[in-house]
Amino acid sequence: MLDELDRRLLNLVQTRLPVAPEPYRELAQELGVAEEEVIGRLRRLIEAKIIRRLGAIFDSRKVGYVGTLCAFKVPAERVAEVAAEVNRHPGVTHNYLRDHEYNMWFTILAGSEAGLNETLREIKERTGINECLVLPAVNIFKIRVNFDLA
Amino acid sequence: MLNKLDRALVRELQEGLPLVKRPFLAIAQKLGMSEAEVLARVRELIERGVIRRFGAAVRHQDLGYVANAMVVWRVPDERVPEVGRIMASFPEVTHCYERARAPGWPYNLYVVLHGRTEEQCREAAARIAEAAGVSDYQLLFSTAELKKSSMKYFLK
Repeated sequence: MLDELDRRLLNLVQTRLPVAPEPYRELAQELGVAEEEVIGRLRRLIEAKIIRRLGAIFDSRKVGYVGTLCAFKVPAERVAEVAAEVNRHPGVTHNYLRDHEYNMWFTILAGSEAGLNETLREIKERTGINECLVLPAVNIFKIRVNFDLA
Repeated sequence: MLNKLDRALVRELQEGLPLVKRPFLAIAQKLGMSEAEVLARVRELIERGVIRRFGAAVRHQDLGYVANAMVVWRVPDERVPEVGRIMASFPEVTHCYERARAPGWPYNLYVVLHGRTEEQCREAAARIAEAAGVSDYQLLFSTAELKKSSMKYFLK
């Protein structure tokens, strides 16, 4: 599905996209291909959803947003219905099922502490889930989301 | 704090860098700014850490990293800075956070491990435990991704 040039391109753009007038031309030069080739492949990788976002990856805290990780204990037969309610909120960016009695783990981001509490209150009220852990980050040691494709 | 122009720029950038020869010019024209001004502001946002990374966010599942474990660790408060640094130094660790403890939940350090198999994740957790000198931990493997999206900031 991915050929060698795709992999080289992905390896390159994961870490660095030039902040320059013609970023795709610079990438093309580095890869030894035409600029149109780079743009075409990036478009295809975005359409195939292999690239989720091209360009700026923001630090939500420095943008001025607050967030937390939450964990719910959801009965197995209610997972789909509870997930639908949780995921409906645009501030919920990640939601995973995990093999634990606390089985639903999701993150909430909001523009203010009050907004965050309101989202969480609404989710709890509408799902009736009361067994809930609220686990805000107090310190970040590492965020890295690059993978070596070589 | 971000000013009005910065917020407008964030709103444009979060839609993805345009796939045209002069993408910053395309954004500049939308915002009534010059290309040079957009480039300068983007560089400033990177310097301030508001933009954590200027690159591509790639779906790692498609690249063979299919196993993903969150490992929760119970670490004495006074050891957190040291242990956090040790854990963050492992290449398998993509995220390492200190979080508040909750009633009935004594864990305060969280790492996310990515591997090609669950076994690789377990083995990495054991090596991290040894290196950090922390023995109280649990691995929580993800069994389904229910949602993964990029936050959209400053929408009306």
